[in-house]
Amino acid sequence: MKRGLEVYAIAIYAFLHLPLLILAIFSVNASRFTAWQGFSLHWYQAMFADRDLLESAGNSLAIAVASTALSTVIGTLAAYALWRRASNWLAGGLYLSLVTPEIVTGVSLLALFQWAFRYVDFRLGMHTVILAHVSFSIAYVVVVVLARLRGFDPALEEAAQDLGATEFAAFRRVTLPYLAPAVAAAAMLAFTISIDDYVITSLVAGVDSQTLPMVIYAMARRGVSPVLNAVSTTIVVLLGTLVLLSERLRRA
Amino acid sequence: MTRLRTIFVTPAAVLMLVTIVVPAAIICVYSVLSRGAYGGVELPWTIENYGRLIDPLYGGIFVRSVGLAAAATVLCILLGFPLALFIAQSGARRNLYLSLVILPFWTSFLIRLYAWMFLLRDTGLINTALQSLGLIHQPLPLLYNTGAVLLGLVYGFLPFAVLPIYATLERLDKSLLEAAADLGARPLAVLTRVTLPLCAPGIGAAAILVFVPSLGTYITSDLLGGSKTILIGNLVQNQFTTARDWPFGAAISIVLMIVAVMLMFAVRRRGEELL
Repeated sequence: MKRGLEVYAIAIYAFLHLPLLILAIFSVNASRFTAWQGFSLHWYQAMFADRDLLESAGNSLAIAVASTALSTVIGTLAAYALWRRASNWLAGGLYLSLVTPEIVTGVSLLALFQWAFRYVDFRLGMHTVILAHVSFSIAYVVVVVLARLRGFDPALEEAAQDLGATEFAAFRRVTLPYLAPAVAAAAMLAFTISIDDYVITSLVAGVDSQTLPMVIYAMARRGVSPVLNAVSTTIVVLLGTLVLLSERLRRA
Repeated sequence: MTRLRTIFVTPAAVLMLVTIVVPAAIICVYSVLSRGAYGGVELPWTIENYGRLIDPLYGGIFVRSVGLAAAATVLCILLGFPLALFIAQSGARRNLYLSLVILPFWTSFLIRLYAWMFLLRDTGLINTALQSLGLIHQPLPLLYNTGAVLLGLVYGFLPFAVLPIYATLERLDKSLLEAAADLGARPLAVLTRVTLPLCAPGIGAAAILVFVPSLGTYITSDLLGGSKTILIGNLVQNQFTTARDWPFGAAISIVLMIVAVMLMFAVRRRGEELL
């Protein structure tokens, strides 16, 4: 049985990873067709020459950095508060944000923004995308940070306070350093989710805030293209590195 | 003592209120309003939007969506359980094997769907390979059908099934398995009569983690199904964009949300805690 399970596992891992590996191989193919004609970085050059791609990548990066910073801070503080004393309301809200199908989250936020814009003079743009991203990444940050807090001994904080530290100083000088790997891991995950999101982003983005996934989506709907193979490979390699780093930190 | 906690909890609580609770309330209200002349919403109140959900025109979409999501769920569990078992039994290397499942879980769903477009299209790798081997003369219609959507769902959500099942397997009390073996149970009997029942909570969590996003999926059907395979997700998206029938889109959203929340409670009751 053991041997059979091994063969089975190899088959499933191949199913999970081969498609992207094949895509990566064909991204350095000289031909635009599905026939190998030699190594070429032509499509990568074409990728860096595409203004739409570069501009949207810039937008995605700016949105991801801003939403990661905000959601990591807010989420870490919330995780700490939840660890000190559970709150059914907040936990319920976070659960809801985790289980709601993306498309529903997207149209709900769109409805919120359209409703709010009747009273304030604003339009859809980078800021609405950032707000949406902070909203859906917080739950992930809380889950990761809270998991680490479960292994933290509250007596350490009490000791710090007995020795004269204020409540905040105890948090900042004792608890936070202990949480650092989880906070870093959470930030990387938040960054990954943000830079990757299409469904919610496409609904709340304005005309001047096209993100990279939106451009990729439009390209993919037109069909397969060698430039898109190069773009995909680049993103998968960069995000994959980030995810593996985050995993390592989470288990540290 | 609790002042710091209050300060810490406030930003998240306000954000959840503004971006989760208020939007849900707005959608709720919109779902019982009428469609406005220019695509907005207006009075009078009506429950007709919910009545339209059972219209035969949309009935087919719901049946297809639920059927596809259920099929994806069953396939993910059937394919995922043995893999979870393999990882749980692989000792020191389990972290590596686990990372190999988690990696695709976090790397761009969009790009992974695109990779399948690359493989399945008429001039894609699979058709090209089969043709050059002389096995087929016309390319097989692999892309833009329901089968391709199901493949995309299983491919995308398989990690969602493996992770919770693995988590319960890892916590499993090994002495129970040894006891069963000592009492004469064959390996297969240990698996089906001890391991599997003890894994029920993990399998339940896996089922919901696959079913809910599959039911609401939108890009999988759009990219791999073409225009023929319209699912609930596409219907919602369409009502809020091109069709501009927000009340109807809101009613469908509410139904999706209720299904998701009910399933979430079902999992929580079984003791699977995320938070």
